[in-house]
Amino acid sequence: MNSFAERFSTTTAASHMRNAQKLAEEDDEFDGTMWGSSAGFGSIAKGVPSFTVPAVADPTAFLRLHTDDHADPSCRIKIQHGTTTLAFRFQGGVIVAVDSRATAGSYIASGTVKKVIEINPYLLGTMAGGAADCQYWETYLGMHCRLHELRNRERISVSAASKYLSNLVYSYKGMGLSMGTMICGWDKTGPAVFYVDSDGTRLKGDLFSVGSGSTFAYGVLDQGYRWDLTDEEAQELGRRSIYAAGHRDAFSGNSCNLYHVKEDGWKFIGNYDISKLHYDGPGNVPGSDGRPYGYDIRVEGLSSTNAPEVAAAA
Amino acid sequence: METSFAITGKGYVIVAADTTAARSIVKMKVDEDKIKTLSPHLLMAYSGEPGDTVQFAEYVERNIRLYQIRNLYPLRPSAAASWIRRSLAESLRSRKPYSVNLLVGGYDTATHTPHLYWVDYFGTMTEVPFGAHGYGSYFALSLLDRYHNPEASLEEGLATLRRAIDEVSKRLVVSPGTYKVKVVDKDGVREVEL
Repeated sequence: MNSFAERFSTTTAASHMRNAQKLAEEDDEFDGTMWGSSAGFGSIAKGVPSFTVPAVADPTAFLRLHTDDHADPSCRIKIQHGTTTLAFRFQGGVIVAVDSRATAGSYIASGTVKKVIEINPYLLGTMAGGAADCQYWETYLGMHCRLHELRNRERISVSAASKYLSNLVYSYKGMGLSMGTMICGWDKTGPAVFYVDSDGTRLKGDLFSVGSGSTFAYGVLDQGYRWDLTDEEAQELGRRSIYAAGHRDAFSGNSCNLYHVKEDGWKFIGNYDISKLHYDGPGNVPGSDGRPYGYDIRVEGLSSTNAPEVAAAA
Repeated sequence: METSFAITGKGYVIVAADTTAARSIVKMKVDEDKIKTLSPHLLMAYSGEPGDTVQFAEYVERNIRLYQIRNLYPLRPSAAASWIRRSLAESLRSRKPYSVNLLVGGYDTATHTPHLYWVDYFGTMTEVPFGAHGYGSYFALSLLDRYHNPEASLEEGLATLRRAIDEVSKRLVVSPGTYKVKVVDKDGVREVEL
């Protein structure tokens, strides 16, 4: 009854939207400013996607009630939270490395998730937090990056792309979006990495790691990082850092996806099974000595016993 | 937040613990020694519930000493660690359990082998080549997986410890400022400057 009434009502928000969209449809030539920051997403112009929201009075409260808030672990819908992602800038471009595990509570829902989102040939986004939120909004960001190219005859800068995303998620603040992402790429200014999250935080930097395994990744990454790393050393560092997190963090693991962004766009380097990295090493890849990463395998046969020379002789 | 590390190397154990005593958001003391020397070749770093920590550490200290007085020889590291673990495990099911986490490091003079035990307040004990307690462990463990060497010299061991402490100082929001570092090897226990 409620929806019936709403459809024919002339005073609800939905009817205003209908009228506005009708007007926009009639007006084929719309102003360029409609696409600008002042109009932004959520403008009533046609072609902008809209959502079906739960038919309740307060959709935000509804979402909070049914998704896993920190306070309520017994909820019905679990959002993917455990992850390790990292990206760093160096002399030879940007390295982006992520794990591939999706968890729903204590259940491993998938071990083959693509957590690097290929926005366009020059831009990569990483996925931490809500998988759907990241996937949808970063794909959406890709659409607007293309529109920017068509309008300005020039590729969008990483800075502008990341700001577009941060402004977008900020407009949804408090409504349950959950994402922690790094927008990485190469533009006029060279290699660039920006951290953007659903709080609205946007940070420019050389090195970031996001997710439940980030502390473990930082432990290896920080100690091995230098600006003048070679391409091969940098790829090895990214791999090792994700391995470290996959090994120590229960919510990260399965495999590591590695990307390298250079002046001519990103390149997928490879997918590495974390158990294989532990026991056999990465195989014959540049930058690696081919030895296994696992501590127990690395120190096999070594001993801390320090018997004095005389005792050993006796 | 409280952080402690310990690593073994060729013929030694290094134990490090931060030196802050905090209550709520206030640092009450910045030069507290949270590593006890239990016997000539045994060290114990303790952290956890204020009050419990020192009470339990002193209880252990006196009992280990009592054993030595009665028997004229000290407990070996594995025996001492077992006794300490059992004390914690019995305490856990009492009316008021001790909430204390420990790193017990010792040098076994009979086999010339260093031993390190990681013990938590549940009474979990495991022998490890390196160990850590507190928020620092989230950064240090992956780092030590990568850099620890069981055959490292004392200088190399201290350099690895320095790496771990530097990483925690760099990344942990509530990172401790200063650490006390002690070494136990064939010559006994001594404090070192990092």
